[in-house]
Amino acid sequence: MDVIILQLLNGLDKGGAYALIALGLTLIFGTLGVVNFAHGALFMLGAFCAVTFNKLLSLEIVTTDPTKTTAWGTPLEIRTPYIEAYLGDFGHWVLNYSVPFSILLAIPVMLLFGFIMERGLIKHFYNRAHADQILVTFGLAIVLQEIIKSIFGANPIPQAAPDAVRGAADIGAALGMDPGVIVYPYWRMVYLAFAGAVVAAVFAFLQFTTFGMVVRAGMADRHTVGLLGINIERRFTIVFAIAAVVAGLAGVMYTPILPPDYHMGMDFLVLSFVVVVVGGMGSLPGAVAAGFLLGILQSFASMNEIKAILPGIDQIIIYLVAVVILLVRPRGLMGRKGVMEN
Amino acid sequence: MSAKTSPARDYILFAVFAVAVLTMPIWLAPIGAGYPDLLQKFAIFGLFATGFNILFGLTGYLSFGHAAFLGVGSYTAVWTFKLLGMNPVPAAIMAIIASGIFALGIGYVSLRRSGIYFSILTLAFAQMSYNLAYSVLTPITNGETGLRVLRSDPRLFDGKGAEQGPLIANLFGIDMTGWGGFYFCAVILLIGFFIAQRIFRSPFGIMLRAVKTNQNRMTYTGLNPRPYTLAAFVISGMYAGLAGALMCITDPLAGAERMQWTASGEVVLMTILGGAGTLLGPIFGAALIKYFENIFSAFNEQTLHEIFSFLPDFIEGPVISVAGLFVGEGWHLTLGVLFMLIVIFLPGGIMEGVSRIGKLFKRSSGKSEPNRATAPAE
Repeated sequence: MDVIILQLLNGLDKGGAYALIALGLTLIFGTLGVVNFAHGALFMLGAFCAVTFNKLLSLEIVTTDPTKTTAWGTPLEIRTPYIEAYLGDFGHWVLNYSVPFSILLAIPVMLLFGFIMERGLIKHFYNRAHADQILVTFGLAIVLQEIIKSIFGANPIPQAAPDAVRGAADIGAALGMDPGVIVYPYWRMVYLAFAGAVVAAVFAFLQFTTFGMVVRAGMADRHTVGLLGINIERRFTIVFAIAAVVAGLAGVMYTPILPPDYHMGMDFLVLSFVVVVVGGMGSLPGAVAAGFLLGILQSFASMNEIKAILPGIDQIIIYLVAVVILLVRPRGLMGRKGVMEN
Repeated sequence: MSAKTSPARDYILFAVFAVAVLTMPIWLAPIGAGYPDLLQKFAIFGLFATGFNILFGLTGYLSFGHAAFLGVGSYTAVWTFKLLGMNPVPAAIMAIIASGIFALGIGYVSLRRSGIYFSILTLAFAQMSYNLAYSVLTPITNGETGLRVLRSDPRLFDGKGAEQGPLIANLFGIDMTGWGGFYFCAVILLIGFFIAQRIFRSPFGIMLRAVKTNQNRMTYTGLNPRPYTLAAFVISGMYAGLAGALMCITDPLAGAERMQWTASGEVVLMTILGGAGTLLGPIFGAALIKYFENIFSAFNEQTLHEIFSFLPDFIEGPVISVAGLFVGEGWHLTLGVLFMLIVIFLPGGIMEGVSRIGKLFKRSSGKSEPNRATAPAE
């Protein structure tokens, strides 16, 4: 029992990241009809927004303390980040919470980037073959990845979670089990809550606003919406930007779990595509459900008990599920009948 | 394109191509590419891309998992070396058989879907193979270290003398490194090219083109496209396996990283860059990419200084720092940019560019033939 709960929890945070990326992918595919292989790169860009923000905050001022000397006899150098030097405790507090605060940087950056990407590149690929869309976004993903690599280097850059949520909670003890059986890091809980909130926000936005209604109509029948005199293309640009923001935010908050490096986008992209396919092309609830489902499946497959029976299953489980789904139910778990079924 | 083909033209093309390939060491020397290691890569990746083109160029099915066959071919070749001896011929044959069987299995499943689903299925299978090669299959693949031939291996058919010799492939006394290796690869490339040419011109090739043009209509006329696409898939998988074997013949080490999906992306890029659906295009594309990879990744600040030394200092600084992004370690950036430019502006690849330029000169003669090399892949 406790093992099952532990694996469920472990799968959830990864599932949360899959769900957020897949949500954006599906949004883009459902509205614009574009297969975006650069979506993983957007996730990575978000993560590097957090890195940049942290770097900016920790720019240091060097002062010398003449009263003390180092072992070599030179005056002791004291390095303090500017923000602490000028704002004192508040500055320290901001620096500590740099990961959540990076959201403030990531939202405008990703919005702008999504806007430019759609207007500058994707727009011209609406009517081209899916193969061309895959190829051009694949190229873009390589470019983004290499730019990040040349700026930040090839090594992962760990980001610390705020002090308040560092460490882990002993959930098992709270549920009346032996202490130390189910231990779950606080930050993963934060991530899970965050992923839930973003998903809820996107769904609410699509469900309860006029803009969202138009977008949903556009997903169902783009042509007719256009005939009604609605400038659907402009809405779609905004949808693309929103999808970029969702991917970016997923990346920002994931940094304390996985230190970002330049190829994290590619690693997540392949899996997210599989998630989209399993959930059903163009189905938003499907993408979210499949994201969590596959995250959990993956964590169950990496249990030692399972690996003892089926060695290597943890490496391939997601792909295996995708293959089975594609062959027996090509529209995915929740896909609409007739959408991209062959 | 098909309007101006005839058997005679094909043989002339083949003869010219053969001469060009075999004399590469001479005419590529002035641009710094006349050494065997690089030329071997030209031939190997040319073969790989040619095979990929039989699937993608003719049927329009975009596979994102061809690197898996490359890997299977490599591992089979090294195992053949280990068990049977360092002769490249059995290694190549075994690699073709193994990758063919592998492709048959994957193709049989993947080809049930088309379009983007096909791409994702092949990608999924390739990732599975890659992950397995790294983890559970370590006894066969030797995991991260890579599989290599050891002195203690049986090598049944190697003579007594070979036991002390170096552990490199050896075709009846000719070492498969350096120029020997290049000519071996070149001959295989020529054979591969010839077969591809025959396939392009055969009724089978026309069927494959029909799959690309309009699969529905093909089904309505009472033809089942599945056997044709499966055959194309298996053939292109065999090409990939052979290319993988050649990699090990010239350097007997097989690693899992050549199965990664970025490697699959690379062969797609080569084919697109040269021109999918054309015979020569993919080979050009492969050579071009390998050439630039080699040249660009060798550049450093110093060479850039020499190149841009004619600029005044205040311009030279920024120019070098920008150009520095694209060379050396950053060569992949160049690749990505190139990739995007080609897909955006020249979807037919270099071959389309060449024919467009050709048309510019021929415009006065009047006849224009609209002939886009990459039609939608649905």
